[in-house]
Amino acid sequence: YSSGVLPTLLLTYVPKENNFPSFLVYTESQNYLAVQPKSKKTLTKSGVKNIVVVEGVRIPFLQSGTSYADLMPHDLARAALQGLLNRTSVPREVVDYIVYGTVIQEVKTSNVAREAALGAGFSDKTPAHTVTMACISSNQAMTTGVGMIAAGQCDVVVAGGVELMSDVPIRHSRKMRKTMLTLNRAKTLGQKLSLLSKIRPDYFAPELPAVAEFSTSETMGHSADRLAAAFAVSRLEQDEYALRSHTLAKKAQDGGLLLDVVPFKVPGKDTVTKDNGIRPSSMEQMGKLKPAFVKPYGTVTAANSSFLTDGASAVLLMSEEKALAMGYKPKAYLRDFVYVSQDPKDQLLLGPTYATPKVLEKAGLTMADIDVFEFHEAFAGQILANLKAMDSDWFAQNYMGRKSKVGAPPLEKFNTWGGSLSLGHPFAATGCRLVMTTAHSLKKEGGQYGLVAACAAGGQVRHSLLLSLSARVP
Amino acid sequence: MSCGGMWCRGELCRVGLRVKLPCLLGSWFMVLICCFQVNTLSKQLSSEFTDIMNEIWANEAVKSAVLISSKPGSFIAGADLDMIEACKTSQEVAQLSQEGQKMLEKIEQSPKPVVAAISGSCLGGGLELAIACHYRIATKEKKTVLATPEVLLGLLPGAGGTQRLPKMVGLPAAFDIMLTGRNIRADRAKKMGLVDQLVDPLGPGVKSPEARTIEYLEEVAIDFARGLANRTVSAKRSKGLMQKLTDYAMAVPFVRQQVYKTVENKVRKQTKGLYPAPLKIIETVKAGLDQGHDAGYLAESQNFGQLAVTKESKALLGLYRGQVYCKKNKFGTPQQEVKTLAVLGAGLMGAGIAQVSVDKGLKTILKDTAQQGLDRGQQQVFKGLNSKVKKKSLTSFERDSILSNLTGQLDYKGFEKADMVIEAVFEDINIKHKVLKEVEAVIPAHCVFASNTSALPISQIAAVSKRPEKVIGMHYFSPVDRMQLLEIITTDKTSQDTAASAVAVGLKQGKIVIVVKDGPGFYTTRCLGPMLAEVVRVLQEGTDPKKIDAISTAFGFPVGAATLIDEVGVDVATHVAEDLGKAFGERFGGGSIELFKLMVEKGFLGRKAGKGFYIYQEGVKNRSVNSGMDEILARFKLPAKPEVCTDEDIQMRLVTRFVNEAAMCLQEGILSSPVEGDIGAVFGLGFPPCLGGPFRYVDSYGAKQLVDKLRKYEAVYGSQFTPCQLLLDYANNPSKKFHQ
Repeated sequence: YSSGVLPTLLLTYVPKENNFPSFLVYTESQNYLAVQPKSKKTLTKSGVKNIVVVEGVRIPFLQSGTSYADLMPHDLARAALQGLLNRTSVPREVVDYIVYGTVIQEVKTSNVAREAALGAGFSDKTPAHTVTMACISSNQAMTTGVGMIAAGQCDVVVAGGVELMSDVPIRHSRKMRKTMLTLNRAKTLGQKLSLLSKIRPDYFAPELPAVAEFSTSETMGHSADRLAAAFAVSRLEQDEYALRSHTLAKKAQDGGLLLDVVPFKVPGKDTVTKDNGIRPSSMEQMGKLKPAFVKPYGTVTAANSSFLTDGASAVLLMSEEKALAMGYKPKAYLRDFVYVSQDPKDQLLLGPTYATPKVLEKAGLTMADIDVFEFHEAFAGQILANLKAMDSDWFAQNYMGRKSKVGAPPLEKFNTWGGSLSLGHPFAATGCRLVMTTAHSLKKEGGQYGLVAACAAGGQVRHSLLLSLSARVP
Repeated sequence: MSCGGMWCRGELCRVGLRVKLPCLLGSWFMVLICCFQVNTLSKQLSSEFTDIMNEIWANEAVKSAVLISSKPGSFIAGADLDMIEACKTSQEVAQLSQEGQKMLEKIEQSPKPVVAAISGSCLGGGLELAIACHYRIATKEKKTVLATPEVLLGLLPGAGGTQRLPKMVGLPAAFDIMLTGRNIRADRAKKMGLVDQLVDPLGPGVKSPEARTIEYLEEVAIDFARGLANRTVSAKRSKGLMQKLTDYAMAVPFVRQQVYKTVENKVRKQTKGLYPAPLKIIETVKAGLDQGHDAGYLAESQNFGQLAVTKESKALLGLYRGQVYCKKNKFGTPQQEVKTLAVLGAGLMGAGIAQVSVDKGLKTILKDTAQQGLDRGQQQVFKGLNSKVKKKSLTSFERDSILSNLTGQLDYKGFEKADMVIEAVFEDINIKHKVLKEVEAVIPAHCVFASNTSALPISQIAAVSKRPEKVIGMHYFSPVDRMQLLEIITTDKTSQDTAASAVAVGLKQGKIVIVVKDGPGFYTTRCLGPMLAEVVRVLQEGTDPKKIDAISTAFGFPVGAATLIDEVGVDVATHVAEDLGKAFGERFGGGSIELFKLMVEKGFLGRKAGKGFYIYQEGVKNRSVNSGMDEILARFKLPAKPEVCTDEDIQMRLVTRFVNEAAMCLQEGILSSPVEGDIGAVFGLGFPPCLGGPFRYVDSYGAKQLVDKLRKYEAVYGSQFTPCQLLLDYANNPSKKFHQ
């Protein structure tokens, strides 16, 4: 489920002492000398405030239909926001603004940001709004916050995202809705009866949220299968990549690396403490699955796609000044971001390929400068296609207007703690997870720059655009 | 799961075929891939192909085969028409058919599975080849179409198609495919059971989308070929309940006879018995189903042979070739491609022109002088596109994005960027002059000014132009989105580049383009003039409109002559008849123009007014004759001349005047070739396609015989029937033909 949108976030780890950490450790030591002068460069822009991520949390991501099944989206968002308050002890009156992302909107809480904030103990004087941009909705929430701080309108912004796939709005048919609305205006019993008499059995057929891209009528999975075929990504490669994602996620989970997870006591149920979609299987098991979209010969299966997920996430953004004044040690600087968009039919999921070089150029960095890559994994085939596209001169020359390829990120720096395939993908909540994973990973690896990229498609609202955004922290 | 592109034996190259032998590492399992490098089935290709099939059977290592084309845009677009035309006798053609049948039967009976991998046109013999294979995989591209267009060429599918199709898709669907020759898109073909698997076209990867799509099709086809040989894939289709029921019903001879009867009646009604091919198709299918395999195949080849030498087939083939000829730009590439088009007047024609332009990606400004007219025009464009959405040939999103190319406005804003302006304002020389001057004040220097008029001479319109070399005529036919013809008119001053530009736009709009010289009525309207004058005379002589319609449709005109006047509009017809009458004098006389004038006075303007010769009512199919016409017809009644008033004489009076005028256009140089004359008459005016156009008709009927007819009527009616010099020349020399 995503349409043509992809964000890239470029992050850098904040060292304890100063902006230019002496303990910069590059895994590729041969790059060290060449890269060092560049890394010393601060990405601070004159006249623009430094913006930092103070902290970020998420409730465990669960497969839809499990423990969160009976909740409403704002309940999940509330839990994430409460978790953030607890973790940071930020005084509620300090928060200037709250922005939340969501894709499939619950009609009762259309401004889910406000409903969740009120219930989570934030001040009722703090304004909140909700944004949507398919799978990068919380990226959009974060960059909205960045914009507000950079513009000097706010100092402290909470951004996040929520998705509850266990329950989606299913509507009456248009005919039925029209009848019901007209019924409201009918005055006499006669008028009402005559309206009711017009109802036919087909009026009762429900309308489900669209699973297909509005502009092309193609489902995401189908598009991913075609994309994989276009780049000749085999079923085997996809299964291997999916297995890698699950294996790495399991390792990260067991190793206690997923620091952004906060436990959630679900009303009437046990406390949920960890993601439940991580299931490293075997190649044999995965090989048995039938293609899910292009039948019977496609390559995208349930096992190498991200699954329907419930979850919520939130981050606390501040101007650097404010954070330091309040005594916080920021986890990362958000530096640069870029959104791009492409043809929604054939390049729906290729956003990271377009966005990555753009954001690097903007920041004056190269692929070699990046220590941590966190890319949203909608489908294994989509990730692999993007890697191949980034590694193709032909593609760079013919479609990106570049002289040569950007190069694919090295896998040892790439989604090393799992990804959406294994951790799950609650559409609008994924962006904050990517950012926090990058921040934590930079710290653990002692890296300096991180890059986040994601492709997005719309849940119900599908924009025919692809975007990417990026930011960095020195 | 593809084999990974390991070609273990390289490639065997021949003229028409390329053979690749892939194998799986570590096993001896081979799928042989035949790539067609040409897109027609010729004798040479057949023999090479037979050789290769023999190799497939002989080679133990080869377990299955894939047929694919390396020619972009087509699988096999049909048999080589030259090969059929080169045959002198029906026996020779029947022989060709038998060879084709044998070759395809060999494939069908092959113990090793053969998979057809289809991308692009799969037509005629190509489709027959595909259905002889054991499995078919087609790409879901717009260019992938399956059809048996033989019937449109007056032929039948002559390589087993009439025998295999009914078994494959059921009798009713098979008749539909073969009798209409219509294009079937891949997804529809899958539903019908004509193909087994679909492959979606791919976007860009590390190769171009087209190249990778073909490669992917090949990979998928190899998978299935291997699966079929392994028996992990079954070629048996699971038929739907409906098809099972239909098949069951068709197995009952009585039901089958009823189907034959119904279809035959329908065909007879629609073709008026003028086209032999559809009836032969029915007969051939019948032979196969009722008398068995051998009788069916024999009937197919014999009937194919017989049809190929009919004059109807030759006429239709001529039209096909003419169409191809008229789809090329003889003036070369214009210096500046037209990207922004402005259309003046949002009436029926203007909006129609806008519709066929926006859906080809041209930015189009539609300008009118009144909001109401503009609204109507924009609604027409929307409706035209929306009907495609309803038919699912367009998505609503595509419709909207196409419509974003259209700007409706009342002023000349943006005209400074227009590359071409087509005016479709009212047919009045003063109004045309006014808009020409207005437009020339705002357009850039390179912009072409085209006038859509059916009769006003272009040089007269261009008289007030500051740059007559940029003025040209573009005569569209109504309804623009359905009529295929565009008649382009050049004056002595029109530059080559202007002509190139107009033809390029016409071709882009999907039109068949003829280019003629300027003159009153150009070519098409001018030919129609004398015929309509004759129609009026026949009416005055007491033949009623229904009868005239019956007589003219029986001759092969798709629309009856009286109905045609209603469709054109009586006011327009009056206007044109007057203009042409002034220009050509007595030759365009015959019926009384006063009759038309009285009709206009009474408001009987034709279909658009709801009343003409007939009464038109929304939703009423069987229209009735307008009784208000009785009085008018009575007033203008003329005594009938019994010696020239049989049905056949009436037909010939209409047609000979048409043909004589067409010949005169060629004689005067209005037309540059008989081909364009035939195409213009058939696609613009509905001249009977089975006759192939006025010039082909002269060839087949005989110039001498035609002149004799003209002389006969001349004796009765005078100079309106005087044959032109060109026809006399051809009549005097029997070896002279318009089409060699």
